[in-house]
This record gives sequence, C-alpha cells and structure tokens, in this order.
Amino acid sequence: MKHLRLTAGALLVSTALSSVANAATELAMWYHGAGNEVESAIVNQIIEDFNASQSDYTIALESFPQGAYNDAVQAAALAGNLPDIIDVDGPVMPGWAWAGYIAPLPIDEAEFADFLPGTKGIWNGTMYSIGLWDAAVALYARQSTLTELGLRTPTLDNPWTKDEFMAALDAAKASGKYEYALDLGTAWTGEWFPYAFSPFLQSFGGDMIDRSSYTTAEGALNGDAALAFGQWWQNLFTGGYAQATQDGADRDTGFNTGKYAFSWNGNWAAIGTLENVDDVVFLPAPDLGNGSVIGAASWQFGVTTASKHPEGAAAFIKFATQDKYLAAFSDGIGLIPSTATAAAMTKNYSSGGALEVFYGLSEGQALVRPVTPGYAVVAKVFEKALADIANGADVADTLDAAVDEIDADIAKNGGYGN
Amino acid sequence: MTQTYLNNDRLRLFVRYLVLTLIAAIFIFPLVFMVMSSLKPSQQLLIDSGSLRAFLPVGDISFDNYAAAFRRAPVGLFVANSLLITGVTVIASLFLCSLAGFSIAILNWRGKAFVLSAILATLTVPFETIAVPLLLMSSKLPWIGMEGLELGWLNTYRVQIIPFIADGLTIFLFVQYFRDIPKDLVEAARAEGASWWQVYSKVLMPLAGPIIATAAILKFLVMYNQYLWPLMVVQEEGYRPVLVGLQYFFQLNTAWGEVMAYLSMITVPVLVFYLFLQRAFIASIASTGVKG
Repeated sequence: MKHLRLTAGALLVSTALSSVANAATELAMWYHGAGNEVESAIVNQIIEDFNASQSDYTIALESFPQGAYNDAVQAAALAGNLPDIIDVDGPVMPGWAWAGYIAPLPIDEAEFADFLPGTKGIWNGTMYSIGLWDAAVALYARQSTLTELGLRTPTLDNPWTKDEFMAALDAAKASGKYEYALDLGTAWTGEWFPYAFSPFLQSFGGDMIDRSSYTTAEGALNGDAALAFGQWWQNLFTGGYAQATQDGADRDTGFNTGKYAFSWNGNWAAIGTLENVDDVVFLPAPDLGNGSVIGAASWQFGVTTASKHPEGAAAFIKFATQDKYLAAFSDGIGLIPSTATAAAMTKNYSSGGALEVFYGLSEGQALVRPVTPGYAVVAKVFEKALADIANGADVADTLDAAVDEIDADIAKNGGYGN
Repeated sequence: MTQTYLNNDRLRLFVRYLVLTLIAAIFIFPLVFMVMSSLKPSQQLLIDSGSLRAFLPVGDISFDNYAAAFRRAPVGLFVANSLLITGVTVIASLFLCSLAGFSIAILNWRGKAFVLSAILATLTVPFETIAVPLLLMSSKLPWIGMEGLELGWLNTYRVQIIPFIADGLTIFLFVQYFRDIPKDLVEAARAEGASWWQVYSKVLMPLAGPIIATAAILKFLVMYNQYLWPLMVVQEEGYRPVLVGLQYFFQLNTAWGEVMAYLSMITVPVLVFYLFLQRAFIASIASTGVKG
C-alpha cells in the first residue's frame, strides 16, 4: 500500500512537472479586423497554423473593430495593459514608437528585403513593423470614355501630364454626359484627405512637412510649389470639375452609375467596380510637374514594449509574413500583397490579373506619408486646410495658417525626437 | 349657431391633430428610414436615400441584412451585455441616489447644503475630462472575487457599472421631488413611530413613481449609449456593449444595410423601455418641469 502511494505520488509530481515544462507561453495579440469575416478567418488560420507548428508559444487573439482600435490601444497603453503583438496603421507607427508603445522589431530587416517599401514601418532608421499588404490609389476611368473623348491611355511609364489631365477633365466636362468630371471622394473625411490628396501636393513639388528635418512645415506646405498646388486644387472645385462636399452615396455609387467620368479611388474598391463596370481601367496618378505620386503604407504588425517574450512575438510575425499568407490576404480582401512572389500566387495581382496594375503603382509611385510622430496633427491640419481651400478660402493664408499650426505642435512636443 | 360652434371646434381639432401628426411624422421619419433601409440591399439603399422611396418598403426587400449582421458580429452578446450593464446600473442608481436625495431633502444634518452644492458641481464636469484618471484608477483597483484578491478592474462588467451608479443629476431629481412632497406626510409617519427607513420605503418612494421613471429613462439612455468608457476599459469581446459593437459594421466598404439592421435591433430595447415608462415620464415632466 505504501509503495502504491509512493508510486502514485511520484507519477503525479512528474506529470505536473512535465506539463509545466511543456506548457507553451501564451502571447496576446490584438488585431483591428473585428467585423470583417474574411480577414478574421485568415488571421485565425495563421494563428492556428503557428500554434500547431511549434510548442513554445500560443497566440491568443483579441479582435477590435477598426474604428475603435487606435483609441483602445492608447487607453491600454495608459493602463499598462498592452498585449505582446499589435497591428498598427503605417502612418500611426512613428507616433506609437515615439510614445513607447511598440519596440524595434526583433527581426533582421534583410528578411524583408523583397517587401514593397510601403509595407515596412521604419522610423529614425529603425524598423518597428512590417505589413502583409499595401494599398494603392488609381484614377478609375472607362475605356469607352477615353475612346469617346479621344484621350490617350496613360501608363505607369508615361502618365498624363498636368496639361493632359486637365484637358481630360475639360473634355469630360464639355461632353455634357457627366454631372462632374472627377470624383475625388471628398465625402470620405479623415485619413483619406492626406492619404489620397497629399500625393498631388508632392507631385507639384511640395509636401505636408519638410522631410529633411521633420521639424517644420515652412516652405514645404506654403512654398511656391504648395501655392501652385493650392490654386490648382481650388480650381478643381470653382471650375466645376469636382464637388467640394459630396454625398456618401455618390462616392459609393457615382462612378458606377455614370455620374462621374473619372474617380480617384483605392484598390479596395476595385473588385466592386469591376463587377459593375465592364470596361473600367485603372490609370496611374498624373504627373503634375514633379513625378507621379500615390500614398502608401497600410496595417502592419509590431511587438509592444510590454511584451515579456519579444522573441516569440517576432517568431509569429515572421511566420505570418510567408508568401502563402500574403497571398491569402490579398485573395481574401483584395489588397496588394507585400512581395512579388506572393503577388504571383494571387488571382488578381498575378500576371494578367485584373488588379495587376496596382502592384506596379505601389511599387513605382508610392511615397509613404511623413514618417514622424507628429503625423497625426499634420494629417488633421492638412485635411482642414484642403477642405477650406476647396470651399473658397484664400490659398496662401490657409497654407500659412496650416504651417503655423503644424510648427507649433512640433515645438510643443520638443520636435518629436527629431 | 350651435352648429357653427361645433364646426369650429371640429376644425380646430382637425388642425391640431394635423399639426401633431406632422410633428410626429418628422420625429418618426428617421426610425422609418432606419427600418426600411435595413430591409434593402446596400446599393438600393444608397440610391433610394435621395427620394421618398427611402421611407417605403419597395424594391428588393428581405431580411438578409439581419442575417448578415448576426454573421458579422455577436449581436446577441452585445445586446445582452448592454442590458445587463444598463439594468444593474439603473436599479442600483435608483436605490442609492434616492437614498442620497432622501437624506439631503428630508433629514437634518450639518453641511448638507454644501454636500448638495458639491454634488451639483459635478454636473459641470464633462466625463471626458475625468476619463483618463478614472481609467488609471480602475486599472489598479482591488477586488475580491472567486479567486481571492485581484488587482485591476479592466475587462469586467463592474468597471462599466460601478462608476456610473451615483450621479449628480439623479440625486438632484430625487432631492427636488422629495422637497415638493408635503412635510406633513413625513411628520405624520414619524409621529406614528415609523423609522426613517420606513418613511423612505413606505411613504416617500411609493409616491415617487414619476421621478423614478424619469431618472430610470435618463439613466437607461446614458448607460445604453456608453461608448468611450467601455472602449477604454474593455479589450475582451465578451464584455463589449452595443455601441462599441456598432463599429464592427464600419469597414472599408461599409455595408449600410447591415448597419441599419443592427441599429434597428439595438433600438428595440430602448423603445420598449420608454414605452413601458412613458406615462410616468410624461407625468413627471408635467409636474416638475424637468426635461431629459
């Protein structure tokens, strides 16, 4: 009996010890895709695969709706409740790195050498995050419109010049077939403005901030190039080419129903447009004098400073950035895969695919938004300035005021580490 | 002559009802729009929104948006969470705030005028200004639960309930109401040997139906519409309320039909609660002049 007890006791202790030794460390991960069935399914699949592929770590996912995500992360950071892995929107990344929410990514940057530039979250020379996809904007048009109006089809190598672009808008306006020549998407407020419209400013030769120092917007946002951009931007509305204020329904359906001849829109809307418009073509951004530019950087994965197991978090991120998952995301939600090899595995971005042109746009024209913790303020100020100019405000005064506001914020925050 | 008076009365009545009907229609149009839109595909919804068709069940009508809403988000969980959080807070608030109102309005104790002033002063402080300090406190507060002492209230129901039980407006409503009740009633009860608890529970509270309804409706609306606070203190889906859940429906290409279906569903408890208490609520507004 005594032996039996001893044996049972030894068994219990050894079982307990071995389970402790084998227990995988749980890493918490937050993701912004709640409510998106397809995206959630892919993320869950990656986690399931990762958890099954090794025994050191298990990932526990908590999904948030996108509209509430950034606020939730900031509140959690305040309360000291951040998880191990978070995803972060590209332009927000420097702010979170500066605030100490996310740590440098403990993965050699060379591992992502073949990733699109916009998918790499690099601030002050350090990589903090990496994205599984990018997004791109193009000028939507109908081939039949181009033919009827006698317009050349622009290409990535030979985009429309400013004069050609304005001539196309004039031709569309003069045809009388369209309520407005151009749908800029002014119904989409918020991040759409700096993401979609700052490339026009950059194509003129200006910018939202002086990227050589990131300590002032003087000269970049109110210099000669910016003033020329401002006049051009205002003319789009006073000239009757586009709407300064737009109904959301028009943004969603206007191009498809023929209200607009051209639409400035992202690749995320392309699949829906292809279903409704047989001869839609996706044209590169016009060259307004200083080269064609579009925005870049979407959601990316990073490791938080709160993580006690950054090596485990990095292992998951490395695992998640395999081509097969990049392709799965692209097929599922229509965004541009981060690598050419993944693009070749997708149905839309492979050679001859319906959205192949977007990969080229992202690779050839993309410029990330200003990589500074002050971007959140820059973006808001820029949006307001553009909305005001569109509604008739004096261009020079408005841009000067915007510069003052951005510079004051930078000064107030000690230059944001620059 | 009598016939003329009758005709004038009928005309006045007709005009009055016509005006009231028009006003009612203005207020009910958004609800009709919401429900009708919830039955239409998103594309049709957007096209109809520019015409009177938006208020009519025309076109491709179905309950597909409702089914899709349930697939997109755990609607039942969010509604249940909100009803639990709201229900417990309303009940606890009515009890505690009425006790506080009773104490200030009926009992005699030194400093109660100052206390009431301090309570009223809290009405001028927007919640947003105290949200961050409250978050920091909540993340460190202790609690004795099933597993003993634990630190931090984040990701719980209690963090969404307890900070909102006592509030200046509800206390003020009870103070005002109790002050308007004739003192004779209290004095008579005391003369009969009633304790203060009996005066509160047997004499005053049974007379406080209208103010209970008013306070309950106001509190219900505040709690059911909570967004900022749960967003800050709840990271687990299992504790999220309805308005945070609404964000699940705003994607890159928002499915507006599903948004309307979700809104229609989460509006039902509010309408039922209001209809249940509306008679007492109107009586309260008529008698005290308090408006929500």
